[in-house]
Amino acid sequence: MSGSAPRTLFDKIWDSHVVERLPDGTCILYIDRHLVHEVTSPQAFEGLRLAGRKLRRPDLTIAVADHNIPTKGPRTANEIQEEDSRIQVQTLEANVKAFGVPYIPILDVRQGIVHIIGPELGLSLPGTTIVCGDSHTSTHGALGALAFGIGTSEVEHVMATQTLLQSPAKNLRIDVSGTLGLGCSAKDIVLAIIGKITTAGGTGHVIEFTGDTIRALDMAGRMTVSNMSIEAGAKAGLIAPDQTTFDYIKGREYAPKGEDFERAVAYWKTLPTDAGARFDTEVFLSSADIAPMVTWGTTPGQVIPVTGVVPNPMDEPDEGKRAQLQRMLDYMALKPGQRMTDVPVDVIFIGSCTNGRIEDIRAAAQVAKGRKVADGVQALVVPGSGQVKKQAEDEGLDRILLEAGFEWRDPCCSMCLGMNPDKLTPGQRSASTSNRNFEGRQGIGGRTHLVSPAMAAAAAVTGKFTDVRQLG
Amino acid sequence: MDKFTTLTGIAAPLPMQNVDTDKVIPARFLKTIKRTGLGVHLFDAMRYNNDGSENPEFVLNQEPFRKAEILIAHENFGCGSSREHAPWALLDFGIRCIIAPDFADIFFNNSFKNGILPVRLPRAVCDQLIEDSKLGGNARVTVDLERQVVVRPNGDEIPFEIDPFRKNLMLNGLDDIGQTLQHGTAIDGYEAGKKQSQPWLPTIAA
Ligand code: SF4
Repeated sequence: MSGSAPRTLFDKIWDSHVVERLPDGTCILYIDRHLVHEVTSPQAFEGLRLAGRKLRRPDLTIAVADHNIPTKGPRTANEIQEEDSRIQVQTLEANVKAFGVPYIPILDVRQGIVHIIGPELGLSLPGTTIVCGDSHTSTHGALGALAFGIGTSEVEHVMATQTLLQSPAKNLRIDVSGTLGLGCSAKDIVLAIIGKITTAGGTGHVIEFTGDTIRALDMAGRMTVSNMSIEAGAKAGLIAPDQTTFDYIKGREYAPKGEDFERAVAYWKTLPTDAGARFDTEVFLSSADIAPMVTWGTTPGQVIPVTGVVPNPMDEPDEGKRAQLQRMLDYMALKPGQRMTDVPVDVIFIGSCTNGRIEDIRAAAQVAKGRKVADGVQALVVPGSGQVKKQAEDEGLDRILLEAGFEWRDPCCSMCLGMNPDKLTPGQRSASTSNRNFEGRQGIGGRTHLVSPAMAAAAAVTGKFTDVRQLG
Repeated sequence: MDKFTTLTGIAAPLPMQNVDTDKVIPARFLKTIKRTGLGVHLFDAMRYNNDGSENPEFVLNQEPFRKAEILIAHENFGCGSSREHAPWALLDFGIRCIIAPDFADIFFNNSFKNGILPVRLPRAVCDQLIEDSKLGGNARVTVDLERQVVVRPNGDEIPFEIDPFRKNLMLNGLDDIGQTLQHGTAIDGYEAGKKQSQPWLPTIAA
């Protein structure tokens, strides 16, 4: 590259991964890291087998089982009760063996949700391309990587070629400035962003999150923000690497060591967006406008401050949209004008790749400490990985939570989606730290409200949505 | 992958925005290790009542739309998860083309890989096609990929855009892995260069 025209972080990563530009502009893009899980890989392995192909770079690939794994009781592949889940995990274990793919066994302390363990193990690094057959691969963008979800055919394509056929995305900058208010967290920031730009606001774009509010977040918070970029429809959500990023990476299992680390940092420092680089779209938010948020509808874009009331579909001029809002309210069993703080909850879920890190569990434990889960409420805390679980136990967080009446589970996706034994039953209402409130996402007929870990814990101890700032 | 050249078929109206992939196929049906057989679970929550019987209100349970090969929807179709089970379920049901104002990116990509053509047309045109579908069995729509037109039941032709690379793969039913493997030397070269410039990038032993 001549380096003349100023480029964005995304442009730089993109340019450095183009293997070849085809005549029509499509690029063969090199992939540095391929993460594999049990749900979206079986058909890809099968495709390789049928075509007599092997993995080009198993050493850039790592597999883990997460979606189907039970969070209590026996949990190895052969012990999973439900047949379909068992077969899917057994199939992954057979495939990684047959194709020589590095695999983290279920009982290994490093096992966990794929998007938690990538950064945790030092496998997700700035300036790299990272893909996984999973939309929340956007999480790894928090480290300044171009990370995005792909379908199973593309999983097979990466396995066979270590590349993808891609066209460049547009650049969208989302700038958040100001000091975040008391009781607000990264989750509230990203919910506020999606509320503002809508669930399709990022379609066709890669987001770069900028601004002093973002810069002030720790890596866990940054990952929460990047994680939900996909809920705004974006292909990926990047945050420029800085000292916070380098400090986080240093010393992790697979991270470069010693002199290599210094060389890597020198390179990573060249990545941030150049002054004067052009973004196709820019959006600005002020932290002053961000409160503890809660979703009321069935997309993450239907979000209001916890102090707000359920909107009235009659205020929507477009007939089609009005009908949809009404459908959402019917599904969620909410009434226009109802105060969110009057809505009772049945189940609390603290976990997932959005909020299953140690910092999230600390935030929940801080609210739970010395309080009790309200009568009739079930509250699950599910660490995102074995290492998160161990650290929480070392810090005594498990005891605080257990004493307050929360359940302390083994790591996995759990109640983020209804693929394992942790599910809502029809009509149950949850306060969930996960990322999707789609109809049936947490179980058939389940009603999901997305919140931060502190807000989830506050709802657990009061039995209804509660402004965590009022709990003191 | 089957070729996609011209398709003439029944077009079913699904006038909804943000049809997410959990709606197309709920998570509990993702526990399969195959690509086929998902058609019966397509749009499960809308298509079946709680007791498992068919919901007669849902369009795909009505004649002639049970045999629909084209789906017409509103904005942001296929948002949510990366699950390729969504296009697999659509394909298994018999849908080969979806027409909507816009699509979520991953779903859009996944469709092409499975020989399903996603066609972007303005909302007003989608609404017109939805109106046309009230003609029932006479509402046959033609999607001509070669000429890049959708033909309404009354013969009106509506042009659409598609990128030439994808068009070519679809028209010829080409396997894009095979295509990329022809660039093996370029990939070798890229890897060699990277080993020089970023020797610190971690690899993992199996
Ligand atoms: S925690 Fe939820 S969003 Fe994250 S990988 Fe698991 S199922 Fe997907």
